Amino acid sequence: MTVELVTLPRVTGFAPVQYAICLKGIVWREGLRFLHQRERFVAALVRPLVWLFIFAAGFRQVLGVSIIPPYDTYVLYEVYITPGLMLLIQLFNGMQSSLSMVYDREMGNMRTLLVSPMPRGFLLSSKLVAGMAVSLPQVYTFLAIAWFWEIEPPPLGYIAVLPALVLSGLMLGALGMLMSSVSKQLENFAGAMNFVIFPMFFASSALYPLWRVREGSLFLYYVCQLNPFTHAVELARFALYCQINWISLAVVSGCTALFMIGAILAYDPSRGFLARRGEPGGGA
Amino acid sequence: MMTAEPPAVAIEGVSHCYGRRQALDDVTFSITPSTFAVLLGLNGAGKSTLFSLITRLYAIQRGRIRIFGRDVGHASSEALRMVGVVFQPRTLDLDLSVLQNLSYHAALHGISKHDGRARAEEALARIVLADRANDKVRNLSGGQMRRVEIARALLHRPRLLVLDEPTVGLDIKSRADILAYVRRLVVKDGVSVLWATHLIDEVADDDDVIVLHQGRVLTHGSVPRVLDAAGAEDIRAAFTRLTQATDAAIEGS
Repeated sequence: MTVELVTLPRVTGFAPVQYAICLKGIVWREGLRFLHQRERFVAALVRPLVWLFIFAAGFRQVLGVSIIPPYDTYVLYEVYITPGLMLLIQLFNGMQSSLSMVYDREMGNMRTLLVSPMPRGFLLSSKLVAGMAVSLPQVYTFLAIAWFWEIEPPPLGYIAVLPALVLSGLMLGALGMLMSSVSKQLENFAGAMNFVIFPMFFASSALYPLWRVREGSLFLYYVCQLNPFTHAVELARFALYCQINWISLAVVSGCTALFMIGAILAYDPSRGFLARRGEPGGGA
Repeated sequence: MMTAEPPAVAIEGVSHCYGRRQALDDVTFSITPSTFAVLLGLNGAGKSTLFSLITRLYAIQRGRIRIFGRDVGHASSEALRMVGVVFQPRTLDLDLSVLQNLSYHAALHGISKHDGRARAEEALARIVLADRANDKVRNLSGGQMRRVEIARALLHRPRLLVLDEPTVGLDIKSRADILAYVRRLVVKDGVSVLWATHLIDEVADDDDVIVLHQGRVLTHGSVPRVLDAAGAEDIRAAFTRLTQATDAAIEGS
């Protein structure tokens, strides 16, 4: 007797509209989660505002900023550090959403995402887009408050800075995602934040122009130049005044691609750390 | 000539190591469509590892897993479409509502908002939680959360449902309710179920049983066959006898 196996109808691939639904769903969930964490929104705003209102006011007399591009006149120190603070919001946001990935992974939520039949690279990229999207309203709220503090870039700058923020948001999110894949436990990651956020922020052009850093230490100047965060800040700074800093654009684009590929590989079941890390949570 | 469907799950020679520790050793078994199969094993037997492999969370190191003939390794997207998963740890978003959790899952499967909502409402009606649709998951009981997770796993209408210790931590009544509900899915809807547990009393007489111990399949088959193989009167005695014999053999070697 021969037994013939029935072949089920093949359902392969997804229609573009299904990809769009999936992306939308992931962004929507990230947005909802953000709305539920009101203290996170407040913290995200208070942090740069403290820098702006207190730190910048105090340092205004100490640090003179000469005329450097993209500014065509002497600017107040507050004006100078605004792009850096915008990026600080995105830096924290990127780290926080990857922190939530570590948490998700431990709590199992990450599994829900990863067992979707959509390609894993697409799922992780969508997750990055979602994290970046959440950072945008935070940055614009900050800019709106800063406007009352007489930080008034040209109106067109508010639009021109958007693509720069999209790119830098993706870069910082991908960096966080890459880190979250390497970090085994929450505690380790929280510790790593201090080793990432602060060095990245301070060793950059966020708080002081690089020519000033160069006067102090040539070594530090090169470190700042190599820091992708510097370029993310400069990209936003120029964009806010409707200009393009091509070097920064190239560096930020390159780093975004690099970090994203790294994160996707890291979460790849066959190659990544996920497989090597060990046993599934909650007992084997 | 007879026609037969490919097995709901076919696991062939699957081995898996975490570093030096071997979690699964040459695991082979298959499940006939529309049956309730119990994967019975103590904690640490390798059940969760097997689930992680079936659902592509981990890559298969050795062997092959097919779901209705679709290879998880090579045609993972096709295979995953046919599986609904309930993991051992809770995987619902506690701060979102029941409906929001279900809608998110629908989106992950490319199901439109409208369709997803309709399916979610229908699923909630089936698990008698329609009135809790807009409640935050945080406010549900453990048993209710499990029911929502099962409803969620079925939202994309998979033909295979795999559940990893779904009744752990639940009270007796919730356990019985969930077990009865999933059994009904097999009988009424023809869903195939792989139910992992260490609770022997969850095995019914007409189930398929796979005994997994220290990463190896000790026996596989209908309950009478397992009893025969072990020379035991009931499944508890059979399980004890089989696992003890293996432990003794390992210690002796």
